[in-house]
Amino acid sequence: MTGVVTLNPFSPQAAAISHLFIAILIILGGIFLLVTALVIVAIIRYRDRPDAPEARQVFGSHRLEIAWTVAPILLLALIAVFMIRAIEASDPPVGDEHPDIRVTGHQWWWEAQYPSSGALVANEIHIPVGKSLLVEVDSADVIHDFWVPELARKIDAIPGHVNHVWIRADRPGVYQGVCAEFCGAEHTWMRLIVVAEPQADFDAWQSAQLTNPPTPKEGMEARGLQLVKDQTCLNCHAISGLPGHKNIGPDLTHIAGRQILAGGAASNTPENLFRWLKDPASIKPESHMPNFQLSDDSVHALVAYMETLK
Amino acid sequence: MSDIAASDRIAELEANPERIGFLSWVASVDHKQIGIMYMLSALFFFGLGGLEALIIRAQLAMPGNHIVTPDTFNQLFSMHGTTMIFLVVMPVLAGLTAYVIPLMVGARDVAFPRLNAFSFWVQLFGGVLLYFSFVAGGAPNAGWFSYAPLSEPAYSFNNGVTYWILGLAGVGVGSLAGAINMAVTILKLRVPGMTIRRLPLFCWMTLVNSFLMIFALPVINAALVLLLADRLLNAHIFTPAFGGSAILWQHYFWGFGHPEVYIMILPAFAIISEVIPVFAGKPIYGYEFVAGSTVAIAFMSFAVWAHHMFAVGLGHLFDLFFGISTMAIAVPTGIKIFNWTATLYQGRLRFTTAMKFAVAFIVMFTIGGLSGVSFAVVPLDWQLTDTYYLVAHLHYVLFGGAIFAIFAGIYYWFPKMSGRMLDERVGNWHFWITFIGFNLTFLVQHLLGMMGMPRRVFTYPDWPWWMTLNMISTIGAFVLLISVIVFLWNIVSSLNHGEIAGDNPWDAWTLEWATSSPPPVENFDLVPPVHGRRPLWDLKHPERADELVAAAAGK
Repeated sequence: MTGVVTLNPFSPQAAAISHLFIAILIILGGIFLLVTALVIVAIIRYRDRPDAPEARQVFGSHRLEIAWTVAPILLLALIAVFMIRAIEASDPPVGDEHPDIRVTGHQWWWEAQYPSSGALVANEIHIPVGKSLLVEVDSADVIHDFWVPELARKIDAIPGHVNHVWIRADRPGVYQGVCAEFCGAEHTWMRLIVVAEPQADFDAWQSAQLTNPPTPKEGMEARGLQLVKDQTCLNCHAISGLPGHKNIGPDLTHIAGRQILAGGAASNTPENLFRWLKDPASIKPESHMPNFQLSDDSVHALVAYMETLK
Repeated sequence: MSDIAASDRIAELEANPERIGFLSWVASVDHKQIGIMYMLSALFFFGLGGLEALIIRAQLAMPGNHIVTPDTFNQLFSMHGTTMIFLVVMPVLAGLTAYVIPLMVGARDVAFPRLNAFSFWVQLFGGVLLYFSFVAGGAPNAGWFSYAPLSEPAYSFNNGVTYWILGLAGVGVGSLAGAINMAVTILKLRVPGMTIRRLPLFCWMTLVNSFLMIFALPVINAALVLLLADRLLNAHIFTPAFGGSAILWQHYFWGFGHPEVYIMILPAFAIISEVIPVFAGKPIYGYEFVAGSTVAIAFMSFAVWAHHMFAVGLGHLFDLFFGISTMAIAVPTGIKIFNWTATLYQGRLRFTTAMKFAVAFIVMFTIGGLSGVSFAVVPLDWQLTDTYYLVAHLHYVLFGGAIFAIFAGIYYWFPKMSGRMLDERVGNWHFWITFIGFNLTFLVQHLLGMMGMPRRVFTYPDWPWWMTLNMISTIGAFVLLISVIVFLWNIVSSLNHGEIAGDNPWDAWTLEWATSSPPPVENFDLVPPVHGRRPLWDLKHPERADELVAAAAGK
């Protein structure tokens, strides 16, 4: 979903932040209006005119100055109380819970594992509606930041420093997420989506992720499969049932079921998949996916095979 | 060359031997010439940094633009930030202080004139080295704070970050030497009678700022050496894969980086604290509070660095400490805002261009300061950090704050430096175009951040309102380009045809206005006596000199 996402929460955690945000915006807006009004009144009343009196040589007033020292202190103390109350609500403690999802940032895509089931996905996380899930956040290379503003705070994905964040969505829908820490050339296209769905749909999705798609026996699809084996695809990508378990690039076992391609640079349609395989730079320049200079026929075969990976 | 022309030239040289020709500038140890060279170098880099900003904004005007490649885009914003901070704001402020401070304290020059020249040349060398990277394989592309491990050779393939390290080391050494020079000048070379309590606020804040630099700059220089060891010697200090720590770099960088924000803004406060009283026709409201709050800011600025790191996940208690310390530093900053505003009251406000920039500064900086408070509130930071809300915030502080104050300072002291007034009518245009362009560019960015646009992206999805808001911002950036052209026009034409300034065109009170414009090489023939904070006021109004008024009030 889009819009003013930081003020449009779909989880209690995000709501705690956005309520605090609104309160603070009102306080800060009040101070801004006060200062601006004081300055404007001064400009109007004391601007130099031919009949204006000479400036009064006032050196200050300790009483007034102490007042405008103490008043902000009290106001900030109030803000601090708001903050302390919101901090636990917006980032609940982890305790000794085990993570429901393990998210790993890569240059420039997101890997997500469901440890209890073993499901492995990329750039698209599914969650059951109305349930708080603990996400463990890590990085495989540089520092990234996992941010789904409508569902939770942002949290850095730092190599060598495991972080946790609770996410939850109280309404079904597709929520936009993005890497929020600059991480190199394609930082822009390191987006993800979180799909919140009823428990039954989630269970069905998860079990689908755990079954291997059927191996095509003939036609374009079979040629595509052969190309995947012959080319160096499996040096970086894994497809369950085929040799190799690499996670340099996204796992492709169920790529056809995903909504976005290349970290959100394109929607996942057969046409875009064709463009991506033909010339990755046309969709996501400077990504780590090489251009294999494949013929149109080969790419059509690859696309046909990948469309079977539901 | 004919004989007559040659003899004219000789006569000219004899009359003014120090001021003629290229060599007299390059070899100069005169604080006024060095100050002007600092400012000219800053102006040059302001052009480059501004050009980079314009390309960035052009690329972002519409979703899916292909004006530059992603890596070029990353080089551009890395260089834009580094340039504006280290090669524009710091040098222009160093130049202003190098020019004004000795005059203000009634000295002949700074304490260490040769060190002053060294400071300028080594920082210029640092800047040139940084820009040389463009022709040496690519500019730095890891952002202005070069987070490890992205800045490590495994992820940053060109030599840009190495040039970044060496360039900043040069700037750091130069700035450090300059800071020592200013501190010693203010502490040791004041004219008799100018006690610390009578020091003009510009000097007060420069003094505090010098100590801030003396303590903060070694932190970055040491960290730069460590990063250099990582890049060239595989030291793995900041690479977690080999037992190093990526977070350590952030502590080092922001341990310097937050004081750095105040290093850029305290001299801006210093300018405002001179300009507003002069054009209000009355002394600063609450001298002690303004000076004292500066000291408070300097101390506290070393205890707030980790508010740049709330998203790192260092624990609630840790975040809370730095959240509250950051709120605390807002108090002395707020005091200043109120004191400047109170100075306007019961004054007789002359709205020269300098004053317009100074008054606009109060409001613009208030916006930046308040949005800064929203980053001190830890949970808000968790949503807003690294978004365009932050980009908006930092530009309200550094452009609406520092750059507006610098413009005020340039309009204020240009007559002293050149002997001619800047044109007030052109200045009025310059002010309004800057004011409109600035707010057009950055106000909407708050909203973009709240809508979830991360900073440092070279494009964005085509979602409702994203293009409209980005387009407004881009238009604002080009309005700012016009304002800079108007400013340059004003400088060039005023240098040639500007009204002759005279010694004290603004009816100001500090000692630099007691000598000719521009001042002679030795600055003063005779320094006026100093019995208060406003020596020239006392001279003009002996019957109600500040010390008499204070005595009558029983202070």
